[in-house]
Amino acid sequence: MKFSANSVWENKDHYDVVVIGAGHAGCEAALACARLGLDTVVFTVSVDSIALMPCNPNIGGSSKGHLVREVDALGGEMGKVIDRTFIQSKMLNKSKGPAVHSLRAQADKANYSRTMRRVLEEQERLDIKQQEVVRIIAEEGKVTGVQTYSGAVYPCKAVILCTGTYLKARCIYGEVSTNTGPNGLQAANYLTNSLKELGVHMYRFKTGTPARIDRNSVDFSKMEEQFGDEKVVPFSFSTNPDDVQIEQVSCWLTYTNEKTHDIIRKNLDRSPLFSGMIEGTGPRYCPSIEDKVVKFSEKNRHQVFIEPEGIETNEMYIGGMSSSLPEDVQYAMYRTVPGLEHAKIVRNAYAIEYDCIDARQLKPTLEFKEIEGLFSGGQFNGSSGYEEAAAQGLIAGINAARKLKGKEAVILDRSQAYIGVLIDDLVTKESHEPYRMMTSRAEYRLLLRQDNADERLTKIGYDVGLISEDRYQKFLEKMRTIDSEIVRVSSVHVGASDSVQKLLKDCGSAALTSGISLRELICRPELSYKILSVIDKSRPAFPKELEEEIEEQVNIRIKYEGYIKRQLRQVEQFKKLEDKKIPEDIDYDEVKSLRIEAVQKLKELRPISIGQASRISGVSPADISVLLVYLGGKQ
Amino acid sequence: MFYGEERTTIAAISTAVSESGIGIVRMSGDKAVEIADQVYKGKYGKSLVSQKTYTIHYGHIVDGGEVIDEVLVMLMKGPGSFTGEDTVEINCHGGIYVVNRVLETLIKYGARPAEPGEFTKRAFLNGKIDLSQAEAVIDVIKSENEYALKSSIQQLHGSVKDKITEIRKEILYHTAFIETALDDPEHISIEGYSEKLQAAVLKLLNEVHKLIDSSSDGRILKEGIQTVILGKPNAGKSSLLNALMGEERAIVTDIAGTTRDVLSEHIRLKGLSLNIIDTAGIRDTEDVIEKIGVNKAFDYAKESDLIIYVIDSSVSLDQSDYDIIHLLSGRRAIIILNKSDLDTLIDISDVRERYLIYNSLDEWEEIPIIEISAKNGYGIDVLEEKIKEMFYRENISFNTEVYITNARHKVALMQAENSLNKVMESIESMMPEDFYSIDLMDAYEALGRITGETMGEDLVNEIFSKFCMGK
Repeated sequence: MKFSANSVWENKDHYDVVVIGAGHAGCEAALACARLGLDTVVFTVSVDSIALMPCNPNIGGSSKGHLVREVDALGGEMGKVIDRTFIQSKMLNKSKGPAVHSLRAQADKANYSRTMRRVLEEQERLDIKQQEVVRIIAEEGKVTGVQTYSGAVYPCKAVILCTGTYLKARCIYGEVSTNTGPNGLQAANYLTNSLKELGVHMYRFKTGTPARIDRNSVDFSKMEEQFGDEKVVPFSFSTNPDDVQIEQVSCWLTYTNEKTHDIIRKNLDRSPLFSGMIEGTGPRYCPSIEDKVVKFSEKNRHQVFIEPEGIETNEMYIGGMSSSLPEDVQYAMYRTVPGLEHAKIVRNAYAIEYDCIDARQLKPTLEFKEIEGLFSGGQFNGSSGYEEAAAQGLIAGINAARKLKGKEAVILDRSQAYIGVLIDDLVTKESHEPYRMMTSRAEYRLLLRQDNADERLTKIGYDVGLISEDRYQKFLEKMRTIDSEIVRVSSVHVGASDSVQKLLKDCGSAALTSGISLRELICRPELSYKILSVIDKSRPAFPKELEEEIEEQVNIRIKYEGYIKRQLRQVEQFKKLEDKKIPEDIDYDEVKSLRIEAVQKLKELRPISIGQASRISGVSPADISVLLVYLGGKQ
Repeated sequence: MFYGEERTTIAAISTAVSESGIGIVRMSGDKAVEIADQVYKGKYGKSLVSQKTYTIHYGHIVDGGEVIDEVLVMLMKGPGSFTGEDTVEINCHGGIYVVNRVLETLIKYGARPAEPGEFTKRAFLNGKIDLSQAEAVIDVIKSENEYALKSSIQQLHGSVKDKITEIRKEILYHTAFIETALDDPEHISIEGYSEKLQAAVLKLLNEVHKLIDSSSDGRILKEGIQTVILGKPNAGKSSLLNALMGEERAIVTDIAGTTRDVLSEHIRLKGLSLNIIDTAGIRDTEDVIEKIGVNKAFDYAKESDLIIYVIDSSVSLDQSDYDIIHLLSGRRAIIILNKSDLDTLIDISDVRERYLIYNSLDEWEEIPIIEISAKNGYGIDVLEEKIKEMFYRENISFNTEVYITNARHKVALMQAENSLNKVMESIESMMPEDFYSIDLMDAYEALGRITGETMGEDLVNEIFSKFCMGK
């Protein structure tokens, strides 16, 4: 190794856990470990870049908003920090069903980063250290410490890898290529080799980001203004809704046109993607503008969102136009867009390549199967997105802490949380591109709503030790209130009085001919629990900060009861296979009649349950039957 | 996923399906007795639930008002039964049709067709057979499963499979569109989409319905094998028909095109029934081959289960023969070289070679080619044996292959229909769009069970390939 091997020395500070990287995964992992009582150090290549948002200036969005709420319900930090630092917020898909409502906030990037850094700094048992980790030290398949570029060795019992896009990172646009991480930050060039020496299988992925432009060079009169919601809903269940009703900033919508597309087409041969200069695999869900123009050539325009990067900066993000075209082409193409005719680029758009792992090497606890005490989370695991990273970081942190304390690991399944879907997909299915959360990936999404993340996960967060007694008691009280309210509206009957008929008429609902329960009225598509408050004389008063949440829960549970019950039945079936655990020492060669392909796949992945086994590609239902019978025989 | 629902009640024909004798339909599971009670009418109107275990009851199996068969019902309550669960065995009067009707009725009232080896598997899982037998059970499941899967796909008529693939494609497209809009609401709007979807689902429902009607279970058993005899004028199609029937029904002369009437004959052959359409009798069809070309002939043959292509071996092959041989690709077909009593101008290897040229080898093995003389009956028995072999094989495989797969198909089609109906309901009751895609995907998955395709990453791939997402 080239780094300073001569100056090796052992750091005598005692640490239980070392977290490598202080991005969205690393922050959650480090906080979770420290909060669970472990002495923790988090390494970063730059303390100024803690919780950096190097791409889009948003937290949340479709299905990602769900993840943030789940992280919050489990006792994570992301939701709380964005509630304090957002500058615009929207509930997406409000006209759709509750399962796909999703919160998305524009963040003040600098403020978000600074605020999260303060949380880390103030956290007991957590130290921050600016150093590049170059080596994972393991003995007999067990982690014993890490070594930094400076030569210092930090003995520890567990390591959590959250290196994001920094491993052997390379940023590219046109023919320009720099060996740096995002935003020109220092890349981590040594750790990959150390991991390979430990037998870790690496992938190389690619992603990209659009240019940032100077607000003063933008003509907003040619764009459509996009406002935030009038009434903002917080991400965190612990944030008082009153505290997030702030003055919001606007985003702006404009479009590309044929001129833009012409410029792109003419210069395709200068794109590193098309010339083969980029080897990494890019994500299909956030294609660069050149990808879009090539792949969807029938579209004569694409949307472009101009979003502020923060309050105290003039930089603006050009959503929808990420690119790795040369600088001169970037200028030319951006300036064809209405409102951007005179746009001045502050930072160029670029593609970034980085090393990450095939996450099938991980257990669902996010610990490496072959290296005890080594955990990982975030983009390093082949995912993309701040929220996906935070979710994995939190779970990796919780499980590292629980392992050191001799406690059973926390594994969320696909019926419990989007986090469960995310991690199960990552550790079970082979992926050739950065993995993004999507609502269509969740089989039981009617149950996994963002509005009931607390109901699903607060107890787990409490049992783990990341949710305070006070918060847990408040949560239980909220649940009791909802339950009793549902019982009440089922028994309260309303007659065909004038006030009732008038309300129904105003809402375009059929008049009553006889008495009916409030519950039945709530079921009518044009009515809701909230609308009916005027004729519901016995409705109790709820604590103000919980009022809307309670109203929403009662409404959803009653209105969608049939659908919810159906999914619950499906979950019952699903759980049966999840609950059938496969012993770790199973010898698949012993199981006669498994197909050869299945034996290979099962040996390679070593699933923890029949359920996980059934989701491996190449394992057929017949193989699952064989396994079931085999395991049945073993009992 | 069948392996996820161990407590459901399963039913299957447990005896080999044959022409005569007694057929037993067995049912096992929590609801076995309850389901039996719904279709069983005892002599004294007693319900089975109130009966003791290990008792036999005489009565009838009825479906609504229709009496299906006179039966003996054997009651074995769990855990003292073979499977360890409540088990009911219905002894029918046999006959392929009746036994299948009984099974079909049980399925209608809530049983599910048993997977191959499932009774044994349950017996094992319920501790009724010991560990030493476990491996044997695994072998059974495995071999039968592979066989069933293989045959299930083989079973699918090309047209049915194409249709299902087409329906699935359509469902996937709509779902992907909705999902893209949900994932990226600021780029893609689904305002007013429900009306469009309603029209599309209505069309899909109609198609699924047709499939249920046409390819429903045991159709081959019930209605016979739809057989089409193709051949050039005067190749001997009618003579063949007569030879099979053993009587002169069609008028046969040496003049091409003598048969004027549409002939559709029902023949019992080695325990199978054949509905034979002699296209020779259809003037238009003659014209088709001669004038319009082969496309229409193909349409016609598409509807059939079996194509018998008759070649006059005393005349050399010409282009229209080759065209028809081409048509036989991927179909259950037999080539007949007729008039073996006359001097042969054609040899089998030439025909076989032609067939191989036109049909890719990997899709179809060798096509059966049989020399006969319809006139003196030579080779007719070989033909009969061949047909039996193609559709009947041995008794056991007939049971599992033809029946089980068909029953499974029907169940899957009905589930798809049910899910599509739910989409319609959701649209009508103005549910939000995300509810549609849940049921659409259920329909997609159900249909995939017929073609042997799982959902996997289909939806995600469709989203990315068809729709432009933002960022």
